[in-house]
Amino acid sequence: VLFFSSREKKRRRIEDLTEKMAVDSGHRDGGCDWDGRWNHVKKFLERPGPFTHPDFEPSTESLQFLLETCKILVIGAGGLGCELLKNLALSGFRLIHVVDMDTIDPSNLNRQFLFRPNDVGRPKADVAADFINSRVPGCKVVPHFKKIQDCDESFYRQFHIIVCGLDSIIARRWMNGMLISLLSYEDGVLDPSSIIPLIDGGTEGFKGNARVILPGMTACIDCTLELYPPQINFPMCTIASMPRLPEHCIEYARILQWPKEKPFGETSLDGDNPEHIQWVFERSKERAAEFNITGVTYRLTQGVVKRIIPAVASTNAVIAAACATEVFKIATSAYIPLNNYMVFNDVDGLYTYTFEAERKENCSACSQVPQDLQFPPSAKLQEVLEYLTENASLQMKSPAITTTLEGKNKTLYLQSVKSIEERTRPNLCKTLKELGLSDGQELAVADITTPQTVLFKLNFTA
Amino acid sequence: IMASTKASKEQKYDRQLRLWGDHGQETLENAHVCLINATATGTEILKNLVLPGIGAFTIVDGHTVTGEDAGNNFFLSKDSIGKVCVAGSFHFLPTALTCLRLGSVLWSASVPFLVCKTYGLIGYMRLVVQEHTVIESHPDNALEDLRLDQPYAEFQNHIKSYDLDSMEKKDHSHTPWIIIVAKYLEKWLSEHNGQPPKNYKEKEAFRQLIREGIRKNENGVPEDEENFEEAIKNVNTALNPTKIPSAVEDLFNSEQCKNITAQSPCFWVMLRAVKEFVHNEGNGSLPVRGTIPDMIADSQKFINLQNVYREKAMQDAAAVSKHVESLLQSVGKVWPESIPEKDIKLFCKNASFLRVVRCRSLAEEYSVDTVNKDEITSCMDSPDSEMVFYLMLRAVDRFYQQHSRYPGVYNYQVEEDISKLKACVNSLLQEYSLNVNIKDDYIHEFFCIFGRYICSNLLLCFILGSAAQEAIKIISHQFVPFNNTFIYNAMSQTSATLRL
Repeated sequence: VLFFSSREKKRRRIEDLTEKMAVDSGHRDGGCDWDGRWNHVKKFLERPGPFTHPDFEPSTESLQFLLETCKILVIGAGGLGCELLKNLALSGFRLIHVVDMDTIDPSNLNRQFLFRPNDVGRPKADVAADFINSRVPGCKVVPHFKKIQDCDESFYRQFHIIVCGLDSIIARRWMNGMLISLLSYEDGVLDPSSIIPLIDGGTEGFKGNARVILPGMTACIDCTLELYPPQINFPMCTIASMPRLPEHCIEYARILQWPKEKPFGETSLDGDNPEHIQWVFERSKERAAEFNITGVTYRLTQGVVKRIIPAVASTNAVIAAACATEVFKIATSAYIPLNNYMVFNDVDGLYTYTFEAERKENCSACSQVPQDLQFPPSAKLQEVLEYLTENASLQMKSPAITTTLEGKNKTLYLQSVKSIEERTRPNLCKTLKELGLSDGQELAVADITTPQTVLFKLNFTA
Repeated sequence: IMASTKASKEQKYDRQLRLWGDHGQETLENAHVCLINATATGTEILKNLVLPGIGAFTIVDGHTVTGEDAGNNFFLSKDSIGKVCVAGSFHFLPTALTCLRLGSVLWSASVPFLVCKTYGLIGYMRLVVQEHTVIESHPDNALEDLRLDQPYAEFQNHIKSYDLDSMEKKDHSHTPWIIIVAKYLEKWLSEHNGQPPKNYKEKEAFRQLIREGIRKNENGVPEDEENFEEAIKNVNTALNPTKIPSAVEDLFNSEQCKNITAQSPCFWVMLRAVKEFVHNEGNGSLPVRGTIPDMIADSQKFINLQNVYREKAMQDAAAVSKHVESLLQSVGKVWPESIPEKDIKLFCKNASFLRVVRCRSLAEEYSVDTVNKDEITSCMDSPDSEMVFYLMLRAVDRFYQQHSRYPGVYNYQVEEDISKLKACVNSLLQEYSLNVNIKDDYIHEFFCIFGRYICSNLLLCFILGSAAQEAIKIISHQFVPFNNTFIYNAMSQTSATLRL
């Protein structure tokens, strides 16, 4: 599918092009460009070949579009984000926005190269934008120091392509849901101009992946949710009474001792506060000594409390390169994009595996079909709640369930607001029948994993 | 000031220290990397090596910076146009000839050499290192070393100390699955002529045997005993025979292991010591690794079991140390100064995962007598093999040698260059007697169109990130480097490792 050629390109014959010299002096935008600056980018865009995209028409207009019109959104200005911004800026993209809610931490400095020790504490988005804007003349990176959830539809709609370098599956799912919500259908047919391609990259130590998502057309994040197995937490009884590993001792201090002893008053545990970590470290050591467990270190303590994922510069460089390549391919329609998922691992040699992730027919995010909920009328609402959180294809975090009863909107259960949680908690013990729900009833479920509510249809079983 | 620098380094490098440890980080900080050709290719790798903390660099480059270099190269600003990139009088061009010359110098000096080239949308890496030893390979899916098939004396005694039938319910439900499997295996062996379960049917029967051991309540309904469920789930793992991996056997049989001299690197001395251990105290097995996975159990039972393994591992490492000592003495060296005990312990712990990477030299790759014809022809049998890109890169090198330029640099040359390049391809295949077919499409597309793309490697930061990590592997001797050619196709986002 070609997105931009119809807007930008004119037909040209190859003979015209063969008259041009290597250094093209026909570049109109003088401004801050100097001769030869975009040669390397031009080369891709000005000649056809047997392996280029079937719809590709070579021209200098491709470069113009890239330089002047194409608007890219980079989500995350961390390990992947820094690399992405550099790659995109040097490839000719000039209208780039970057969103990141974090500030710079010393532990970022081993790979997030747009930041210096002086920048610690400042917003990543701001510093990244400053760096790129000062080093790449003509490039305008606009920073947004906020959560992705704080931006609305109209914000996201302005971009041609969105590329993610996130470290959270919840955030990915939310972004995925947002782009799906922007899709428009006419008589059940998807309007291609409402599709905003999403390039998603992820890394963890020496492993990484890059994928291309065309919302509404190809597999989305939720279609392949099983590829992200849920994070396993240690069982409470192990932590509370049967520790065996140093990690169990650390979790004991974090989950049980901290709320009980409130060592710093009402402040909740902050993994970035060395004093807090030191406290947890000492309590963990005491607990470990009680049970003859060795191995509690400050580093391990921090790792467990903050759920730290190891990271190096190289993996981020590799995955960001793969992602930027896809952004470039799609923006210029010069080559067929990755179809659609690549994994990378360089623990033992270098390994890549590329495959086509398939759409799920009944995907809760992109299938447009109400999700099926099969329960007997005697089932308690609690069971439905557990299903929503534990099912591998749904993996909701704290779903809020509402429905329409007697023409009125009714909240069956909501966890995130204390007063409503208290009021609706008794519903969890009631059966679906007692709550007045009937066969075929539609339930609307909201959750942080999606910007839109997910519709479920209740199917009573015997 | 020292303390605060150390603390700030710990903070900065925290995320990577969790991968290669403080000792790994130290090797990086003591390393000295020479970077040849500070084109965009080179400096991107430089960034990826400076960030993790490589200690020292020497950059060698003779190119005058052009407009294109400034745009491409993130580390050069507009002002450096017209200036020489680095103070040096070399004019290195990344041709095969240069690489071969450099390659032979570095081979003689035993300096690892990593060649990176990017050409249009194809990336290429070649590692040249005579012998690279890896103790900490950190395999992704390592098999546990449980010794259930050949329990050592202390382990046997520990198993004897349990009487499952007479235990209280609470203890029964919190006995580690390793003990459970050991007990039921004893039972099975006594009933099957000392033969462990071998096929699927027998393993199923064994699982059933364990299942029957689950306590039942007064109504005869089996209780909820998660540790037994774990035992059943882990039967396959538990029944894995203790074996020396063939890769390690090969190392035992290598020349370096057989002939220990005063010049032998520590790796080989320790390996030989382990080999001696295997033939003596080890009774045919490697030193016990000493780790067990977490499992449902009460703290005391788990820790006690863990200690049985840990103590055995320490014992075995001590025995290996004795062999190290006598080996060193036999070549006139002193222990423990030459090889610290902690190194021997680390070696023993990783005995199953030892790796040695030996890459063929560039001379061997390029010589008609030693070219790896088999690898080339067998890869070319698959229609989508990346091998074709390797051959095309070789053909392009040939073109450069003949015409002092790359094919298709100017639009008007394209038609002519296609046939010239084709001639190069044919002469290459002929010279090496390679009976393979390269489709015209490749000749036409890649190296004429791509001829102009020599510097457009932004999109190939992929290769450059990979290269940096390979360099880190070489320096730290952790994780396993590739052997010996890596090709990346950015068009399809696919890659292959070829042995040439």
